[in-house]
Amino acid sequence: MQKVQESLLERGAGRTGQASKRIGVARRTKRQQQEERIGWLFVSPFVIGFVLFTVGPMLVSFVLSFTDASMLKPAVFVGLENYTTLFSTDEIRSLFWRTLYNTSYYVLISVPLGMALGFGMAILLNQKLRGQGIYRTLFYLPSIIPPVAVSLLWVWIFHQEFGLLNAALRVVGIDGPAWLTSTTWAKPALILVSLWGAGGGLLVFLAGLQGVSTDLYDAAKVDGAGAWSRFWRVTIPMMSPTLFFVLVTSIISSFQVFVTALIMTNGGPANATLMYVLYLYRLAFVQFRMGPASALAWAYFVIIMGFAGLLFATGRAWVYYESDLLGGKKQ
Amino acid sequence: MTAIARSRALPSSLRLTMSYLVLTVGAVIILIPFIWMVSTSLKPPTELFIYPPRLFPTVIRWQNYLEAPSASFIPLRLAVWNSLLFAIPVAFFDVLSSAIVAFGFARLRFRGSNVLFFIVLSTMMLPPQVTMIPLFILFSRLGWVNTYLPLVVQALFGWNYAIFLLRQFFASIPEELDNAARIDGCGWGGIFLRIHLPLAKAALGIVAILSFTGSWSEYLRPLIYLKNPLLWPLALALQTFQGGKTNRWEYLMVMSILLTIPPLVLFFVAQRRYIQGIVISGVKG
Repeated sequence: MQKVQESLLERGAGRTGQASKRIGVARRTKRQQQEERIGWLFVSPFVIGFVLFTVGPMLVSFVLSFTDASMLKPAVFVGLENYTTLFSTDEIRSLFWRTLYNTSYYVLISVPLGMALGFGMAILLNQKLRGQGIYRTLFYLPSIIPPVAVSLLWVWIFHQEFGLLNAALRVVGIDGPAWLTSTTWAKPALILVSLWGAGGGLLVFLAGLQGVSTDLYDAAKVDGAGAWSRFWRVTIPMMSPTLFFVLVTSIISSFQVFVTALIMTNGGPANATLMYVLYLYRLAFVQFRMGPASALAWAYFVIIMGFAGLLFATGRAWVYYESDLLGGKKQ
Repeated sequence: MTAIARSRALPSSLRLTMSYLVLTVGAVIILIPFIWMVSTSLKPPTELFIYPPRLFPTVIRWQNYLEAPSASFIPLRLAVWNSLLFAIPVAFFDVLSSAIVAFGFARLRFRGSNVLFFIVLSTMMLPPQVTMIPLFILFSRLGWVNTYLPLVVQALFGWNYAIFLLRQFFASIPEELDNAARIDGCGWGGIFLRIHLPLAKAALGIVAILSFTGSWSEYLRPLIYLKNPLLWPLALALQTFQGGKTNRWEYLMVMSILLTIPPLVLFFVAQRRYIQGIVISGVKG
């Protein structure tokens, strides 16, 4: 990321420099014009794709959200009805608040816990250890398994009588619950599955830690800082861009939880694990109520962007940028 | 000062031993579900539902691996073929289109390129579900439901992660090489094809692998667009077992393992660069 910014700066500086210095203006401009055309040609696939598959669909879905569109009959304009229905607290009309609660519960527990685990393990790994690579691979392994396979495996692990988890709990004298059919335990069960895959963040943290200059630690040692204060005064500030980056991306990606909720519990029991995207999927592709589903999708967009905006606003207060723009990639 | 001295005096060998201990416990916890997966896949039905459950089977039943694929509602070979049928074209087009776009951002100077690159980065934060409904309506109007086209066509227009990753890579190639090629008479196209693409082979390989494993594991879009079970990729076909209510967990685990093997093999084949790719883009493909 550092490189991006550097090269962006270089480029900006280069352009003003060129304008004032060049003497062979006409020839230069012609070449520049050509470069400009070819530049746009190279990036045109992205531009076309962005208009066709992002901007266009978002506008269409905005319009659809004010209609009663379904796949069966022509759409009729219904004004704000989809939105008023959506935000209704009457659960027969809309499960919006329920799904928002479920998803927030999931995100607000699984993201901090997952990050803490990943960061903790990364710090332990970032020492002169033998087998560092092996540990790193082992921790990352669950992230490679397709989510469907992960879900099926954990359904079996959570099996009340014959599952592995309750067998382990029995050893320590705990009578485990019926995880996936209990309204109390179904959400924690999904969180547990997400924690098993927390190794993705670990990779990014480890790379970030390895990029923190040892000079800083040496300087802190000379100043008499113990391990604890070196951690808080050096590691945390230097890692704050990486922590921030992982925080934002994990919140956005765990807000999209779908496959585990669909396969492991199908939203049940009693809607206890009905997550936002699962509800969106049901409205749009099971009930084919495209109008209300579009309203739900737009609300989703606003929520995600609101979250991201909030994070970026508060991020200024605690993220320490040495020189880079967004993430903490030192390479 | 004495307190600090003491904390520093804490023998580093003890600290290392503690670290090894915690890491090993963590690794074992991570590994146990894998062991359970493999051991279940090798158990005879009689050992599946015993109380208390055993982590390791007493009898190993290899036949499960022969029986499970034929017990599937959708033949395994067909499901694998279906997966490859869209995952390979997607990987190919992802590499090609993203490399072209990334080169434009890395090397060519044109007005608006900074803003446009910022848009590329922003789209990484946009959840795909936001555009899912209109795209479904569009593709079904085009008559593309029950084809792989909706899954493939977007790959023609670049993949944001890959654009970012490859742009970083191309930008690190020394510009002297471009100039040398230009003196030899290459235009921008020649510089891209003869200098950048060959030098970026490893990075392109990683993009292909991340794209392929992403498609191989993908669930939501195939579920929406493929109504005909005979078109289902393996990730989706796995479902039909569970739907069978047969409680054949040993078969289900066999199939889950078969689904996991390709991504796992690709990961180990390209491990070092795979990890680099994930770290640079900050997310898994």
